[in-house]
Amino acid sequence: MNGHALVIRGGEVVDHRGRRTADVAIRAGTITAVEAGIDAGPGVQVLDATGCIVAPGLVDLHTHLREPGGEAAETVETGSRAAARGGYTAVVAMPNTDPPIDSAAVARQVLELGRQALCDVAVAGAITVGREGTHLAPMAELAELGVRIFTDDGSGVQDARLMRRALQYALALGVTLAQHCEDESLAAGGQMHEGTWSSKLGMPGIPAEAEELMVMRDIALVRLTGAPVHFLHLSTAGSLAMVRAAKEQGLPVTAEVAPHHFTLTDAQAESFDPVFKVNPPLRTTDDVAAVKRGLVDGVVDAIATDHAPHTQEAKERPWDEAPPGMLGLETALAVAVTELELPIERLLALLSWQPARVAGLSEHGGPLAPGRPANVTVIDPAARWTVHPEGLSSRARNTPYAGRTLTGRVRHTVLRGEPVVVGSEAQR
Amino acid sequence: MKHLLSVDDLGADGINEVMRLSDSFVEVSERAIPKVPALRGKTVVSLFYEDSTRTRLSFETAAKRLSADTMTFSVSSSSVNKGESLRDTVETIEAMGIDAVVVRHKSSGVPWRIASWVKASVINAGDGWHQHPTQALLDCYTIRSRKGDLGGLRIAIVGDIMHSRVARSDVDAFAALGADVLLVAPPTLLPASLDGWPVKVTHSLDEVIGDLDVIYLLRIQRERMSEALLPSLREYRAMYGLTAERLRALRRDALVMHPGPMNRGVEIDAEAAEDERSVITAQVSNGVAVRMAVLYLLLGSGADLVAPVGEL
Repeated sequence: MNGHALVIRGGEVVDHRGRRTADVAIRAGTITAVEAGIDAGPGVQVLDATGCIVAPGLVDLHTHLREPGGEAAETVETGSRAAARGGYTAVVAMPNTDPPIDSAAVARQVLELGRQALCDVAVAGAITVGREGTHLAPMAELAELGVRIFTDDGSGVQDARLMRRALQYALALGVTLAQHCEDESLAAGGQMHEGTWSSKLGMPGIPAEAEELMVMRDIALVRLTGAPVHFLHLSTAGSLAMVRAAKEQGLPVTAEVAPHHFTLTDAQAESFDPVFKVNPPLRTTDDVAAVKRGLVDGVVDAIATDHAPHTQEAKERPWDEAPPGMLGLETALAVAVTELELPIERLLALLSWQPARVAGLSEHGGPLAPGRPANVTVIDPAARWTVHPEGLSSRARNTPYAGRTLTGRVRHTVLRGEPVVVGSEAQR
Repeated sequence: MKHLLSVDDLGADGINEVMRLSDSFVEVSERAIPKVPALRGKTVVSLFYEDSTRTRLSFETAAKRLSADTMTFSVSSSSVNKGESLRDTVETIEAMGIDAVVVRHKSSGVPWRIASWVKASVINAGDGWHQHPTQALLDCYTIRSRKGDLGGLRIAIVGDIMHSRVARSDVDAFAALGADVLLVAPPTLLPASLDGWPVKVTHSLDEVIGDLDVIYLLRIQRERMSEALLPSLREYRAMYGLTAERLRALRRDALVMHPGPMNRGVEIDAEAAEDERSVITAQVSNGVAVRMAVLYLLLGSGADLVAPVGEL
């Protein structure tokens, strides 16, 4: 795309510096001008942004791209196409692949695949070898490849001493540990949130406290070590209250929540359709309200998708045999616009520049200014569209929003100056 | 009604209709040739992913007495062991041309999923810890045949409520018919939340036993010990078993019930199982008539209810 020039015309530019009506000129992957009335000139591609918000590309802290090992459900290519159509210019690929990203070799493989992708692919490394929770993964070796986030996501690090050591070690490397908070002894066998619905439906429950115990422990370990922790996909009112208190004490903690945890509740399990099975599980209406509150009052740093593709075959198993997880990349922005009563600047903070900061992705998250990398998304905030699973770019179909009409749609996405999505359609 | 998935599908009116139909089929079962042509030409498949010889035989007997053709899909000898998915199995069976599928599965909700995939009627013969509606119907029928009516009866369900599909269905059915339902169990064997359950709860059997019209004992499974839900079967029996001593505290007109199979000497002593107040055998025999009623309700056309075979 070197030399390729385009102008995003007629939109309203929004980044962390504010909001202004301006066109955005791009050449050779870099923003060259942000001002009103830019003249496109011959040979310059024009992307119409009339009525749209022109924003820094979105950044997802929590994407399962499934490659290597799970290519039947998703690949780096298909997942990145889904990301681009969802407005993302960067995703952090979770390491629970097969083999897991616990070595430089696998990290290199995923990073290499990411170079051809429709969004930038950052890699999260495993904290422990094989994500087995017993030996530290070669964190320095991975950090040298640019890995900035480490997590055993899919499970939490159960052993407090090991977690303490990992945090101490991470301090020297300047990387962040991200925790999937779940006490496995308390959650054992659980299939959904433990409460009224699990009791009625006859399913083993996962109490909110299984998450909260580990949040509590990790806050204590942050206090002990001084190392930062990022809390993945928090789902309970209690977890958010603890993070709020930790932040008030000045501890270096950050938190993300997933769209399904501020839109759906455990009542969805009544259908027994495993498309609603996810970990952490869908919680109660009170928890949904608490997650929304956390987004409004700033306790939550990021909306992260926990995009977790699974094959149709896997999601047609009986609930307790089906794997947890739901798609998110192509619906997250629209779900946030539809469900959250937040100004677009706040939504974009949660979807773009705040997660970019957590992930250490300095080329993403704006600002939109001359000299900056041209990672841009153009959003029509008023467009209404209905989610059709077969119309998604992900290889998988397990969206919990099938049939729902949402407001807010990505019109164009520009990755390093290349228009990878134009008119809501992927260009390759 | 298309499917019978849970007691809620029936409501009080539906339960009473099944009761009335069951009366007719009890009469049929007492005939020299206990067979009617009501479902001639219909095909009923039993699809049991979990062993349950008694429930499966009860359904198959019921279907045969209604002159339906029956097929048994035995999971242990089938393509399921070769990795075939639930959906593929069900769609293959349906392609053979069937009218109803009777499903037993260890996972809660499977009959709902099957009902969303097939055109045939689905009858839930027990899913996970969730529902077992025909058990509840035969329990209601058994109580009704001894007591006339469930309204105002004090019924205690004792034991492992948390893991029991029988308990969940019985609570719904007994309450729908106006009984006062009492759950008697240690807190470890109760569901995490009883919000919305039409029940009272006690942890002491001895406090309530003298005041019961029906005591319904649930089977205790040995693996509950390894899950730290109970210290020992001995302690369970001492606290919650219907022992010979507790039997003496039970009213003379009370009923003793159990869904089977029993752990004698654990939740029920032999003396109680064989006491004249025990209706455990009647539960089993009523099961066939009640399942005939359910099959007839879902698949029958209405006119030929109890005519003997050959008279049509």
